Amino acid sequence: MNAAALANPALAKDEFDPASIVTNDPVVRVEAISKHYGATEALRSIDLQFERGKLTTLLGPSGCGKTTLLKIIAGLVPATSGRIVVNGRAVTGPGPERAFVFQDFALMPWATVMRNVAFGLELKGRGATERNRIARHYIEEVGLQGFEDKYPHELSGGMRQRVGIARAFSVNADVLLLDEPFSAVDEQNRRKFQEDLLRLVEMERKSFIFVTHSIEEAVYVSDRIVLLSPRPGRVSNVIEPRIDRTANPDDIRRDPGYLDVVEEIWQGLRHYAE
Amino acid sequence: MSVMSDDTSVAPPAGATRMQSLRLFAERRRSFWVVLSLLALFTAWEIAGRIPISFAFPTFLDTLAAFFEMVGDGTMIRAFFLTLQPLVLGVAISALLGIGIGIAMGLSDKLEWLFAPVFIVLQAAPMAALVPLVTFVYGIGLVAKTLAVIMLALPVIVLNSYKAVRHVNPSLVDMCRSFQGSRRQQIFRIIIPDASPVLFAGLRLGVAAGFIGVMLAELLITPTGIGDLITYHRSVANYAHMYAAVAAIIAASTVTLALLQWFETNVMRPEKRRS
Ligand SMILES: Nc1ncnc2c1ncn2[C@@H]1O[C@H](COP(=O)(O)OP(=O)(O)OP(=O)(O)O)[C@@H](O)[C@H]1O
Ligand SMILES: [Mg+2]
Repeated sequence: MNAAALANPALAKDEFDPASIVTNDPVVRVEAISKHYGATEALRSIDLQFERGKLTTLLGPSGCGKTTLLKIIAGLVPATSGRIVVNGRAVTGPGPERAFVFQDFALMPWATVMRNVAFGLELKGRGATERNRIARHYIEEVGLQGFEDKYPHELSGGMRQRVGIARAFSVNADVLLLDEPFSAVDEQNRRKFQEDLLRLVEMERKSFIFVTHSIEEAVYVSDRIVLLSPRPGRVSNVIEPRIDRTANPDDIRRDPGYLDVVEEIWQGLRHYAE
Repeated sequence: MSVMSDDTSVAPPAGATRMQSLRLFAERRRSFWVVLSLLALFTAWEIAGRIPISFAFPTFLDTLAAFFEMVGDGTMIRAFFLTLQPLVLGVAISALLGIGIGIAMGLSDKLEWLFAPVFIVLQAAPMAALVPLVTFVYGIGLVAKTLAVIMLALPVIVLNSYKAVRHVNPSLVDMCRSFQGSRRQQIFRIIIPDASPVLFAGLRLGVAAGFIGVMLAELLITPTGIGDLITYHRSVANYAHMYAAVAAIIAASTVTLALLQWFETNVMRPEKRRS
């Protein structure tokens, strides 16, 4: 659980390989997933592979099924057809390899930050000393030290989401599924969060599947962006931003390469908006 | 209601006048306002009794004197002893059974379909009209009175518990599932704590209904306990004593509800203490 031991700076500077859209060792494979809610067709025949150790973003217009797809991967919502393969094994429900960060935080209002962060471990029957030690580590990791004994209603929206992120980290899953984690955060804090997220991606050797509405956010944090079309959701494009993340954050946001990718995605999504 | 929950001792700043410290006290302490509200009520009562609005309406002070007289000669204590038996029994049974059935209905559609119609009818029925029927079946003893309490308290507890479970935040349940919580963990660590404010609201309504039930039983089935005090003192036109008995049972009910609230905020939902 020691972060330093898990840190793998090499991961962040991986060479980009344009042929790697399909990888040999995907952590999650989405195979021909379709989803109907009654008469509503939410997703149509989605095929995707998520690379290990990478951050992949699902981006698309509102209602295109991003949350649905993420929840199907999490095993929280059953697919109408198709299958989800995690670490080479087909899964039908939630599992210890996956941890979810909820858009509405899903924190227990009656529990302190400490208990909320440790809740995943509590459910697994870990002893109080062990789970509090692990929880404390991740509380510090997300910058909430000093707030261990606060209740969620005493925190700001951004701080609450950090609690949700720390909780997902503390169960040591391979894949973190994040559903618009920063949507309740103002613009300045959002940037800070994105940088913090990148730092966590670098420190923890985990794979991330990230849902967002924001094109800039997607380009800034992602190794790979999956564009979904409006309902029924289908994969319309896959983009690899190739951002050099060793540069300083402000330079990245002014980098012509970064701006070009934002523009490319915007052009791709534009015809849906019209 | 939670008189003791937000009291913070306030030391008046050095050199503050008495007026200022009183104002500070009034701003910080809820008990100040509770006392003020009761004082206003009792003053109005005293004035109404002195006009008098009715020859059968005693003043507050006469009622208070009658109350202490009845406490002194032991009649009040004996009456409470009798009244509390069916009340405590009935409320305890209703709480256990009601919360159990309500939660089960909230968790299972089948059980909802099975029980919901019964309790909706029971809640809608004018229970006072049914209380005399109980006498036919169970006579005039403790069982009949306990049943009267249950008839009034149970439906409201069941229906609130059911509603409480159905309104649990679905995202918390998903959260528990995503961390592979078992159904048991889901129920005891997420659903019941999240439902507890509404569960307790139902319990408070149930307790209040239980007090109504026991009074109906004591007035309609057979005069015992507080109901007997009320009936007896009315029949001999001892209105101050009659009102003292009525006020005593109201006070008992209020204190019980306040204790329940205190228990909820301090034991079940600790986060409510700070806000
Ligand atoms: N439980 C449900 N029952 C019925 N329809 C649903 C349900 N959940 C989602 N849908 C429908 O499925 C479609 C996809 O919903 P989803 O929440 O996955 O979209 P989204 O891409 O996450 O949208 P947003 O960006 O607004 O969060 C929507 O049209 C929605 O109305
Ligand atoms: Mg969504």
